[in-house]
Amino acid sequence: MQPALIVKELRSKLAGPFQLTLGVGDCAAITGSSGSGKSLFLRMIADLDPHDGRVWLHGKERAAMPAPEWRKQATYVSAESGWWADIVIDHFAAGRRNEAAALAARLGLRADVLDAPVAQLSTGEKQRLSLLRALLLSPPVLLLDEPTGPLDEESVARVEALLRERMATGTSIILVTHDPSQAERLGHQRYRMLAGCLETP
Amino acid sequence: MTPILLTPLDIAVAASLIILDAGLSIWLKLRLHRQIAVAAARMVVQLVAIGYVLRFIFSLNHPAVTLLLVLVMVLVAAREVAARPERRFRGHANLAIGFVSVGFATFVTAVLALTTAIRPQPWFDPHFAVPLAGIILGNVLNSASLSLDSLLGSVRRERLAIEARLSLGHTYREAIAPLVREAIRRGLLPIINQMSAAGIVTLPGIMTGQILAGLDPLEAVKYQILLMFLLSGGSGLSALAVSYLAAWRLTDERERLRLDRLS
Repeated sequence: MQPALIVKELRSKLAGPFQLTLGVGDCAAITGSSGSGKSLFLRMIADLDPHDGRVWLHGKERAAMPAPEWRKQATYVSAESGWWADIVIDHFAAGRRNEAAALAARLGLRADVLDAPVAQLSTGEKQRLSLLRALLLSPPVLLLDEPTGPLDEESVARVEALLRERMATGTSIILVTHDPSQAERLGHQRYRMLAGCLETP
Repeated sequence: MTPILLTPLDIAVAASLIILDAGLSIWLKLRLHRQIAVAAARMVVQLVAIGYVLRFIFSLNHPAVTLLLVLVMVLVAAREVAARPERRFRGHANLAIGFVSVGFATFVTAVLALTTAIRPQPWFDPHFAVPLAGIILGNVLNSASLSLDSLLGSVRRERLAIEARLSLGHTYREAIAPLVREAIRRGLLPIINQMSAAGIVTLPGIMTGQILAGLDPLEAVKYQILLMFLLSGGSGLSALAVSYLAAWRLTDERERLRLDRLS
């Protein structure tokens, strides 16, 4: 079967070169110490930082796509979430409220969270909502940077269940995590980032 | 009515007020007397020098020389715009952005005023072109530096929000738009304040000067109104230009946020 994502010779001054091939519905889990270049790798794939190298999604090259179009296909969710409006719901496309509310309930978020001011959210709530924002776009590739970092055990289980479901319907995931057991639970491929290079443990 | 010309003695009497300031500083241990003396001396030397330069340029009455002087003034203003923000672009981008936006706004408003409202013969007569360009520049400089400072400051604060939008497939234009709007707003506030307060809180400088020089108050007021319109136009143009140029410099062909271009 044709792989979903192919990464070739991706490098910047700070990290790389990276090679990676990811099948449809597969998860590549990356662990490694802080500052080793895990986030840089995800950001390069999402084309958020200047770098060299090529990426293909389902045989279509990234360079042939406008950047916003590409980022809708390979969506990066950062470890620290960003917000540009005062109220949570304003960060979602109009008319997606019901879907957002359903996903929020599945992630164990309180019922009124969509109408809450962003300033009143906890770090864990923000983290789950920023994942939710990306899930609503249903991108074929998710680039997740410590999606469960600040979460309690129960919320972690909910997030993982949702991610497994997405993988079963064909979403491919590159997951950066500090938790080796999470990497084991979710990763079909496992890597360690060491000083800007990917290694198989 | 002819203007009352000042004699050196008149000025010397006024200069005694500087001695008063210095005495105050010594008496109250403000330790400012040195700075007061230096600033006063600088002011006198700079103003006398520009007086001679202007007299010389007025006597030449040559459009190329006038243009050169205005360009030098724009360059100095651009340097101020570039130096003001806490965050700056690497290399000469700050200066280039300042020069283009300040020069563009000043040139457009000054030429408009000289060719339509004031209409000296010829329109580039330095008696009118140089002081007009100077007043507009001072205001435009203020707007441009406030706007640039606002944009470069907020873009760092809002990095996560901007990149979150980019990651979700929003265009750079959409992601940066609120910051550009805020920057332009900041640049326009001083001229709005100035217009609201004119005549009540302050008697604007040009009008005061013209009244002192013997012009009828209503004629002076007409000049001041014209000038305020020019200044608001210039402020708007420079705030707009500097904000869009800086926003454009902060991205690339792949619609990334290029904070690495800031120092």
